[in-house]
Amino acid sequence: MKLSAPKWMRGGGLTGYAILYLAFLYIPVLFLPLFSFNDGIYISFPLKGFTTKWYVEMMATESLQHALLNSIKVATTVSIISTVLGLLAARAFTRYRFVGQRPALGLLVLPLVVPGIILGIALLIMANSVGIELSLFTIGAAHVLIATPFATFVMISRLEGFDANLEEASRDLGESGWTTFWRVTFPLALPGIVASLLLTFIESFDEFILAFFLSGNEATLPIYIWSQLRFPKKLPTVLALGACILTFTVVVVVFAEWVRRRGVGPSRKSEN
Amino acid sequence: MTSEAYTTPPAGPAGRLRTAIRGALFRYAGLRGYILLSPTLLVLVGAMCLPVGILLVYSFWTQSYIEIDHTLTLANYIKIFTRQSYMLLIGKSVLISFTVTVATVLLAYPIAYFIAFKVSRYKIVWLILITVPFLTSYLLRVFAWKIILGYNGIINSGLKWLGIIDQPLTFLLHNPTAVVITLAHAWAPIAILPIFVSLEKMDRSLLEAATDLGDSPTQRFLRVTLPLSIPGVVASSMLVFIPTVGDYITPQLVGGPDGMMVGSLMHAMFFRANDWPLGSALAIISAMAITLTSLGIWLLTKQARARAI
Repeated sequence: MKLSAPKWMRGGGLTGYAILYLAFLYIPVLFLPLFSFNDGIYISFPLKGFTTKWYVEMMATESLQHALLNSIKVATTVSIISTVLGLLAARAFTRYRFVGQRPALGLLVLPLVVPGIILGIALLIMANSVGIELSLFTIGAAHVLIATPFATFVMISRLEGFDANLEEASRDLGESGWTTFWRVTFPLALPGIVASLLLTFIESFDEFILAFFLSGNEATLPIYIWSQLRFPKKLPTVLALGACILTFTVVVVVFAEWVRRRGVGPSRKSEN
Repeated sequence: MTSEAYTTPPAGPAGRLRTAIRGALFRYAGLRGYILLSPTLLVLVGAMCLPVGILLVYSFWTQSYIEIDHTLTLANYIKIFTRQSYMLLIGKSVLISFTVTVATVLLAYPIAYFIAFKVSRYKIVWLILITVPFLTSYLLRVFAWKIILGYNGIINSGLKWLGIIDQPLTFLLHNPTAVVITLAHAWAPIAILPIFVSLEKMDRSLLEAATDLGDSPTQRFLRVTLPLSIPGVVASSMLVFIPTVGDYITPQLVGGPDGMMVGSLMHAMFFRANDWPLGSALAIISAMAITLTSLGIWLLTKQARARAI
């Protein structure tokens, strides 16, 4: 049976709106790469001509390299820890039924919705009360807190449609618990694990507010960018850096989303 | 070819203990769930519940010069509730976020509808196109608006270049509207997904039934589709409203003095005024304001939904 949409939604109107919406999402951000190649210190029209000098200047900045290295260290550690935790938690949620499952799931959502500034303040106070000095470690701990729920939800969406019979079949055929895990569970979960590693890496790599409260003397890349925004002369270099980060992020995220969504979820027939 | 479970348990107390544990794990599958979940719960408790608990305690202490007075008192709360400028700032933050939420959800709904009902072959492509901006650097997305709306920014210089204006427009940056536009842009993608999910899992036969019973497409949308998607709308609203109230980056970069929000004040209390207890109380009061407004939104939509059905 054919169902038609309401009149005001018919006739390409909705498609047109969707395209406009995408433009609204993407165009503002595209100004960063555009002006990063502009041969002028001011970010304004008309464009002055093509240059790559801001990129050269960016490469030569030592404090930037240091911040980049810090970000990579933190993000790598965070992505590994949170993915392992997320995998275990997702397995608990999808494979077992236990008392307190829903409250636990609710607790897990909290770090994703509580305003970052409140988490940042709370963690700052705690570090101070316990006597932990602010460093990359405190940033990492805060990032694990927000990345673990994220990893868990990525893994849950992967494991949800998981057929438990496959594992039982493996055990019936004589495999031990470990070999079942390595030969059945792990390969099936692998796309989720890859996606989770990549997405949590990016989440930590781009995170600002928690790092801002917990950084002490060590800067991550977003903190470095923030510190440069005060100097108008540095803006073109910041744009070049921003363009690099955006490109890197988009490539990683698109790849991760593609891996994650491939073959997951029922694709229902559309309305018409 | 016997698996471990069928081998005879080794003798001795250690062996018996192992068998007992394995038996318990086998019988109470839920226990295995807890064991798998425990590291994550530990992180949540240690890095969220505990710190927030300490924050709560801190808010009842007071700062006297460089020392912290550990006597429990409501002084900070009284100070905030009686100082009009603080309360106005919290109110303004809630109002700005509420405006952002309404705008974001209204703009997002048609897109969610479009992807759920109109797109059949390239659903994944659309979903990825929507998700990608959200996962890119928040700082850079906000920063983009600063260079767009600035005094010598992209809009002003572009209009001047085209000969439309002589003087830069001053009303673009450093006001609440700039904050609303920037936040609505930054949070747009997250609003789409919950609405999309609620539309996607809707039972399509209900729509057919409505048509069979003589509903026009518009009636059907208002009486079936919209009410059934309300849970998604509420989830979207919460996902946008709750984090934006405490946003720090956006008001700081594009808000100016008029567009200041409570996040800036919290930051100032911790890093400039060095009054941590007062800052903690402000955080708690903001969190309460967020919770109350969210409850209000939830109740309102619940009522609206009940009336619609």
